[in-house]
Amino acid sequence: MSLIAMRDVTIAFEGVVAVERVSFQIDPGDYLVIVGENGSGKSTLIRAMLGLVRPRSGSVVYGDGLTKERIGYLPQQTAAQRGFPASVEEVVLSGCVNRMGRRWFYNRADRAKADANMALLDVTRLRKKAYRTLSGGQQQRTLLARALCATDALLLLDEPVTGLDPAAASEFYAVIRNLNREHGVAVAMVSHDLGGAMRDANKVLVMNRGVDFFGDVEAYREAFAERMVTRRG
Amino acid sequence: MGDLLQRCLSGRNDGESKGHRRTRAVVLWALLALMVIWALFNLRAIGAAFAEFGVYLGYKFIQRALLAGALVSLCASLLGVTLVLKHYSMIGDGLSHVGFGSLTIAMALGFVTADSLPAFLPASLRGGIAGLCRGIAANPLPFTLVVVVICAFLLLRLSERSSMRGDSAIALISTSALAAGVIVTSMTSGMNVDVYNYMFGSILAMRASDVYVSLALSAVVLVLFVLFYPRIFAVTFDEAFARATGVNASAFNMLIAFLTALTVVVGMRMMGTLLISSLIIFPALSSMRLFSRFKAVTICSAIVSVACFAVGMLLSCVYSLPTGAGIVAVNLFVFILFSAIAAARG
Repeated sequence: MSLIAMRDVTIAFEGVVAVERVSFQIDPGDYLVIVGENGSGKSTLIRAMLGLVRPRSGSVVYGDGLTKERIGYLPQQTAAQRGFPASVEEVVLSGCVNRMGRRWFYNRADRAKADANMALLDVTRLRKKAYRTLSGGQQQRTLLARALCATDALLLLDEPVTGLDPAAASEFYAVIRNLNREHGVAVAMVSHDLGGAMRDANKVLVMNRGVDFFGDVEAYREAFAERMVTRRG
Repeated sequence: MGDLLQRCLSGRNDGESKGHRRTRAVVLWALLALMVIWALFNLRAIGAAFAEFGVYLGYKFIQRALLAGALVSLCASLLGVTLVLKHYSMIGDGLSHVGFGSLTIAMALGFVTADSLPAFLPASLRGGIAGLCRGIAANPLPFTLVVVVICAFLLLRLSERSSMRGDSAIALISTSALAAGVIVTSMTSGMNVDVYNYMFGSILAMRASDVYVSLALSAVVLVLFVLFYPRIFAVTFDEAFARATGVNASAFNMLIAFLTALTVVVGMRMMGTLLISSLIIFPALSSMRLFSRFKAVTICSAIVSVACFAVGMLLSCVYSLPTGAGIVAVNLFVFILFSAIAAARG
């Protein structure tokens, strides 16, 4: 059963259609890359998967025990966050808020989970450090650890390598690949960086308000080989 | 010079050369040294001031003002951490102006008589309206509170919508409210001592009822802040993530706006309309110079806020300054002190 199935989803803001009749699904273990031009509805689609925007028509169906609160989300970083006074530990722990239910405070299990994810993403030695003093790559790993506190099934990443230098970006891809292959976390990533993102992915979704293409990476390479060559040239 | 000042005030060290950092440290330490020298030369006067303050402490109204003021400062500093980090500092300022406007209008309503109302209304209705107006004028706090809370939600909606350019919209509303207050005042009572006190603050303005209101308010703010601490952190740090993981961020924003409105209205008469927002902004900014963990910043700003209030109160009693101005001056001193320490640490 799919983790998320989008069925014929159309989203409009003030009469302007941003996403039109989009259908696709994410299965357990998938690594989906969502590409498209600026304004093609990629981020809106992510927000719809998280239940932050309501589709005008169509439906978003969660399956396999997933609820919309149980999705790990890595939003685009805002300028405000970069100067925010918080330690790595505080940021990672805040990923546990969706597990608190009616509790007021974090319990021991929450703290253990945060510790485990900090270790997994190799930020344990930074735990007392200020988030604002970290490098871009370290900040993204911290936010990823936070996202993993909220889920162990599905990560949604919105342009995660924007602003990272090539070395940090390839390191970040390695981390995602490891989460996907070794820990069985399904991944859906919006990206501008076609080459890097596509190397590890098994599925591709090309957005252009509607779906231009949805399928396996191999099929995408065959179908779009010519177009990619002309673009790179 | 402007560039230098900006460097002194902005806390960012990254990308700054060593020379710049040293200049900043030198400037800040020099300012601090000047203040210390001034204090040394006035040692006797300060000693006398403390003795005098001991006498003041015997008065009931001073005790009242101290208690209520300390509690309001505490609330303002806790809310301030979130407001500053969410870039909502201007909301506090806007609300205080709205508070001034509605206070003066409430006071002006006291001039309404049954005869001054339009004659086509039935006499009983005119009497009722006049009675209501007199009631509002006699006890303007509830009226002001309602108006300010409504405006708080309005301002929040404006600043959440980026397309509306929230900061300009806030400036628009707050200056309009201030203008309305000034117009109403000059048409009725004129610029009297009451109005002056509303604008610049006075400890005499704290009544016994204010103490109860501020007690209740600070209890509510403290309890909510502690209980919702993890969620408040999540919403403040990253609203998009918090929303995605099922935190009702809009409700938290409303709650914070509501509590801010309460704090502003209660603290307004002590601090003055024009200065109450400093109570919200200064402690958080000062603490952010020194600390880089959210919890440390929160605790530090609570302590700084109450301490600055106490010292500012002392200054204002002894030198008969407006209370608000004294407290702001002490806050500014702490801000410079913390900046100097941060600069020295490098």
